[in-house]
Amino acid sequence: MNWPTITDRIRAARRQPQAEPGLRQRLRTWRRRLGVFLAVLGPGLITSNVDNDAGGIATYSQAGAQFGYALLWTLLPLTLLLYIGEEMCARMGVATGKGLSDLIREEFGFRSTFFVMLAGLLVDLGNTIAEFAGVAAGAGVFGVSKYIAVPLAALLVWVLVVRGTYSRVEKVFLAACAFYVAYVLSALFAKPDWTTAVHQTLVPSFHFTTPYLVMLIGLVGTTVAPWQFFYLQAGEVEKRIGPRQYRHARTDVLLGSITSMAVVFFIIVCTAATLHVAGITNITNAGQAAMALKPLAGRWAAGLFAFGLLNASLFSASVLPLSTAHVICEGLGFEAGIDQKVSEAPIFYGLYTGLIVVGAGIILIPKAPLFKILLLSQVANGVWLPVVLIFILLLINRKDLMGELTNGPVFNFIAWTTSVVMVIVTLIWIYLSVVQPGASPGLLLLP
Amino acid sequence: MLRATEILEAHTYDVRGNFVGRVREMFIEPAEQANRISRLLLARGRFQPLVARWDQIAFVAPGTVRLAADERALVPFAPNEAWLAVRKDLLDQQIIDTHGRKVVRVNDIGLAEIRTNGGLELRVTQVDVGLPGAVGRLLHGLAPTDAVRRLQAKLPPRVIPWEFVNLIEPDPLRRVKLRLTGHRLARLHPADLADIMEELSPGEREGIIASLDKQTAAGVISELDRRLQTQVLEKLTPERAADILEEMPPDEAAHLLARLSPETSEELLDELSREDARDVTHLLQFGEGTAGWMMNTDFVFVGEDASRLEVMNWIRSRDIPTDQLDTVVLIDAHAIFAGVVPIGRLLLAADERAMRELRSEPLLSTTSGTGERDIFELFDKYNLRSLAVVDEDDRPIGVITVDDVVGRLRHKL
Repeated sequence: MNWPTITDRIRAARRQPQAEPGLRQRLRTWRRRLGVFLAVLGPGLITSNVDNDAGGIATYSQAGAQFGYALLWTLLPLTLLLYIGEEMCARMGVATGKGLSDLIREEFGFRSTFFVMLAGLLVDLGNTIAEFAGVAAGAGVFGVSKYIAVPLAALLVWVLVVRGTYSRVEKVFLAACAFYVAYVLSALFAKPDWTTAVHQTLVPSFHFTTPYLVMLIGLVGTTVAPWQFFYLQAGEVEKRIGPRQYRHARTDVLLGSITSMAVVFFIIVCTAATLHVAGITNITNAGQAAMALKPLAGRWAAGLFAFGLLNASLFSASVLPLSTAHVICEGLGFEAGIDQKVSEAPIFYGLYTGLIVVGAGIILIPKAPLFKILLLSQVANGVWLPVVLIFILLLINRKDLMGELTNGPVFNFIAWTTSVVMVIVTLIWIYLSVVQPGASPGLLLLP
Repeated sequence: MLRATEILEAHTYDVRGNFVGRVREMFIEPAEQANRISRLLLARGRFQPLVARWDQIAFVAPGTVRLAADERALVPFAPNEAWLAVRKDLLDQQIIDTHGRKVVRVNDIGLAEIRTNGGLELRVTQVDVGLPGAVGRLLHGLAPTDAVRRLQAKLPPRVIPWEFVNLIEPDPLRRVKLRLTGHRLARLHPADLADIMEELSPGEREGIIASLDKQTAAGVISELDRRLQTQVLEKLTPERAADILEEMPPDEAAHLLARLSPETSEELLDELSREDARDVTHLLQFGEGTAGWMMNTDFVFVGEDASRLEVMNWIRSRDIPTDQLDTVVLIDAHAIFAGVVPIGRLLLAADERAMRELRSEPLLSTTSGTGERDIFELFDKYNLRSLAVVDEDDRPIGVITVDDVVGRLRHKL
């Protein structure tokens, strides 16, 4: 086993390319970097897009139908807001290698964790119901009965996760992200007034009327949902993204925030160009928006719109119960993760299955008080959000946890201001939801 | 049995019955005694907190502690890194259950009272990782202790005896002060330990690798998930990483180095001993998915004319790892590949038989550039356990064993 000559040859060969920094070499480095980025890509993109769920689409459609292009300016600040929240969680996942609920448990004890988790379970159950309501509405546009569509969707979602590994599931989710392009197409079919749309996006305009304010609050509320912070952080941890790839993780989150808000832009533009122009200013759910599009923008626009809704609802219906099961098991110390077998993590899979079965089941009850359930879940969502945000801010400023990656003063200022504003906005929203439930746009989810 | 949560926040009275404070924290001093609660930290609102030593405790019940000493005998509190804090370091934290071989989260801690002459010692006996502990934490202070205990008794227990508890402490200095060693972990199978490490955070993983000796560390790192292998290795000092790499078979070391950044792998190669560096660099020239990439360069080869007895004596005289003994490769007088002898046949043969007569037919070998698909086919067709790899002059340079094939196949699934 003596090969002294070979070794020297190899060493020489390995060093050689560094002598000539030609195009090929640079191309290779570039390809390597792209490879690293693609490996990190995923959690941010998925989390942000999942946010455009059934409830979100209903709210955005309504925003376009009721106010035309007037609310488009909110999208830029909302993108920033989404990015700031998600970036903090991504950073925490990268720096600590632990999920958000793990950190809450370790730093704030069992009881706080338990109540945060309990609230999370209730809120997410409500949201899951909303997603299946979205499936029912989307399928309704294509003439498929909800009694067929919803059980089918539930089964599909369940099988996807229980039978899949993280990397496979993630690929399906990334593909689902791509289907959001349906909204871009359906906006193109709607032939909107692009000059006005772009102008309204860049130049803010305020109207101090109650419906306008309510819609504004609704937009903020549906854009930043607390569960997505947990999901994102868990995703970063499960992908084992370390501080070295943090730059890429941040780009992933930024890309996610921008694409998801771009989709929102097209949804609003689509309904603004059609429903608002035609004087249809009040829709009660996203399926109805798709129906109303048919005579105005044609079969294709309506079909694509409904397809987008179906895709979004299915997508969120698989992510939400998954995220919830993850969060609860992590926090309370049960085995969790889709890479585990069912027998290894019974509570994880039990929660996951339970959420889907109950969420889909309630939609199928002929006379269920859906409106009340959704109202309650939205209120709970609102109460939960500031709590989670404050936990995040307390944790991310801990040097012993975050090391070099704590918030800088600028980021802290923006994040704390955002949190306080969000708390106030949410309180107003809850107040309005309770006092005049009909006026709150986040609640237009009835199938 | 008492629970830590029942004693935390307990009202504490001194020997004259005066209220001293509430139990804010309990400390174990591993340097003195591995499981004794040796200090109680007593918080007194805005006054300076005091510390009671274990021999000053006279009586303990849920919510109440009585001391055998006067308040004036207690000393003010000064933080000490060598004390293990029950609330801060144990409750709600993750630990490794070295018996059940997994990572669990601590819900509560079980304490036993041991009466000594006149005094009382609290010893940690187990950690509670199940529902009783969780319920206790949730209801503590909200419901009477008796009611909570009755409820807990009805729930299925899940406890880990203290001797199987392995704490995870990322800070190396603190680990030394707390007398945390990797002895218990080193007794686990490397694959189990690797599974455990995959559940932990990067800092905790580093802590565990640091507490292991280099052989165990090498075994564990080879079993880790690929992305973690590079992450763990890059965090080590080049010297330590090289020490660990030297303990691995050359093929695994080469695969690992190939995945590191060019600068890091160059640095590590310089740290490796000359012989190991040579083996590893040799392997690095082969592309992933070829026979050269899969093969191991540590293998046993003997002349084809040697007798069975000579070979057996030669093998016995050397310290050859048994996993290299699956196959003995034969070479002729010109060091040309002359076949392989499976160990089973070597075992049964008579002493005087020449190795040439024992070799398997047909004479199979492959070249280093052969694609892995062809290798899989060969293994499948001839039911091979190992396959020799030869260079352009037909000299053996390595052996692919069935575990290399299984590894590659599983990676492709």
